[in-house]
Amino acid sequence: MTASLEQYEQILGKDVIQRLRQLAEPLKGINVVHINSTREGGGVAEILHRLIPLKNELGIQASWEVMTGEDEYYQCTKSMHNALQGDRLDIPERLLKQYESTNQQNYERLRSQLEAADVVFIHDPQPAPLLNLCTERKGKWIWRCHIDASHPYRLVWKYLRPFVQGYDASIWSLPDFAQPMPHPLYIIPPSIDPLSDKNVELEPEMMEKVCHDYNLDPNRPILLQVSRFDRFKDPIGVIQAYRMTKAFGPPVQLVLAGGSATDDPEGEEVLAEVRAAAQNDPDIHILVLPPDAHRTINALQRVSDIVLQKSIKEGFGLTVTEAMWKGKPVIGGDAGGIRLQVINHHTGFLVNTPQGAALRIRYLLKQRHCLNQMGEKARTFVRENFLLTRHLREYLTLMLAVTRETKERIEL
Amino acid sequence: MADLFALKDCALITIATGERVHNLRELRDRLMKTERGIMYYHFWDAILRPRFVDPEYQNDFAAWAYHELHDRRLAEKLAIINPTDYEFMDDLRQKLIDVIEERMDELGFVPVAEVAHPFFFIRSQIVVFDTNIRVSTPEELSESIPRISVSSIFYHFIDSRRRTASGKDDFSEWLLNFGPEGASLAEEIASIDPYFNTLLELRDQLSLVFARHLGKGGAE
Repeated sequence: MTASLEQYEQILGKDVIQRLRQLAEPLKGINVVHINSTREGGGVAEILHRLIPLKNELGIQASWEVMTGEDEYYQCTKSMHNALQGDRLDIPERLLKQYESTNQQNYERLRSQLEAADVVFIHDPQPAPLLNLCTERKGKWIWRCHIDASHPYRLVWKYLRPFVQGYDASIWSLPDFAQPMPHPLYIIPPSIDPLSDKNVELEPEMMEKVCHDYNLDPNRPILLQVSRFDRFKDPIGVIQAYRMTKAFGPPVQLVLAGGSATDDPEGEEVLAEVRAAAQNDPDIHILVLPPDAHRTINALQRVSDIVLQKSIKEGFGLTVTEAMWKGKPVIGGDAGGIRLQVINHHTGFLVNTPQGAALRIRYLLKQRHCLNQMGEKARTFVRENFLLTRHLREYLTLMLAVTRETKERIEL
Repeated sequence: MADLFALKDCALITIATGERVHNLRELRDRLMKTERGIMYYHFWDAILRPRFVDPEYQNDFAAWAYHELHDRRLAEKLAIINPTDYEFMDDLRQKLIDVIEERMDELGFVPVAEVAHPFFFIRSQIVVFDTNIRVSTPEELSESIPRISVSSIFYHFIDSRRRTASGKDDFSEWLLNFGPEGASLAEEIASIDPYFNTLLELRDQLSLVFARHLGKGGAE
């Protein structure tokens, strides 16, 4: 179900929505296309599911297309994703050829739409070559990089750079992530939707059901990490932190809840490693959830005492935002966008090791008033900075900026 | 008779320059060629950015000196620089450079930040749009203030300082058209320190000042 602007007005106030309408007024009728590589799974798809209908409601003709390809294409783009995050992965020539040919095929399929669009948003490396293929384009093309590319594996970046440097602008989640380019590097952190199934208020019965279904004891502390089974999310480190915590006495339970996105062929391998590390501990719950299990994740976040996101590399970390919105302090890896959200000692703790995570878990379980205070601060912080309406406002601002080509100040 | 006051609003978007520095000398060197937009961003735009902790250091240079170079003395000297004291951005830039060079002379070495925490040079674009709200008297403005967005407050109270010849806020400039009463209100508004507040707090403060002077409207 998609939410309307009127529904956001009810929780965020009339003024917020009125401003969006005023800002969107000059953009009415323009044709905007977003392209990414998956319809379900992962933060990008989630954001697009919500942003597109809202843009349309504001009078923008927005559409969303998804790349289609064979397994080798996704293997290649997964490797690119990891390499942009710093993994030293040499991608075989065969996969790179598949990457380029898949883009060519998708270009043929989307050609008329791309040529006619006033603004095209290309998300991440998967569809990046479309720009150079679309020689008859008339609009502005923007590359949206959701990845922490602050220290990319240089060989892969060298390959990708010619595909992305010709864009009219690029968008990055943090200044740290941005690679120098011959075009403006816009900074737009992502957001969460307070009305989505993942974030709406739930009936208490839903929380009870989740505890029952997954055999969780609501009377004992629950630690949770929600993320794909991906080495950069360090699920093994989370299990180590859980064990170190338990060794000091607290009867904690750990939930590792994840799913697999259609563009992530590596997930199964990591999942097997995680299961092996759990060693059949009855208090470690490894949940492989379908991509549409949003309300289940919502409930898991709400029944948890502390949420972890112990990533070693992270794009932005929307699961952190979601947990904070539910009033939970987050113990997060000192990486990527987590740093922007987890304000040390205020909305949670930043940690660098499983030992650090265990220390902070023990502290918060012992100092319950701090846990609650941090949770409240976390919710306020998200409300002011990381909700979908702020994200939409920045997209509108960016579209106004790129279609007017003014340096610093644009007077409408 | 004064013109109607046109209430406007704005949205800011941040642009990374892709440039970063890791130590104080690099910062000084980069500042020597820093353009106006970047200086403006690091002195003023922080007020519209996500933040949580109290804005102890009101410009990004001071905050970086404190948090990443761990140089409190330098942070204090940078934090006291008031950009509105400088009519020209070149003068403000030179002041920054002077403070940094003086500190480098004192230290005898170059403080370095951790690799993961460089200073990023950022600028912004501002989109200004009309709310279509017009007010004709100070009383009407007083009634509007508590209801306008914080970004509108930014535009009229902060951004105005770089786009008007006087370097003041739009409210007090306009109020000067309303005789001694208006001038008195303008004086008090102009004396509000825009630092150390969130924009929400700034709006409340403005509302209170209007209410106190005019006896109605004001803070809700």
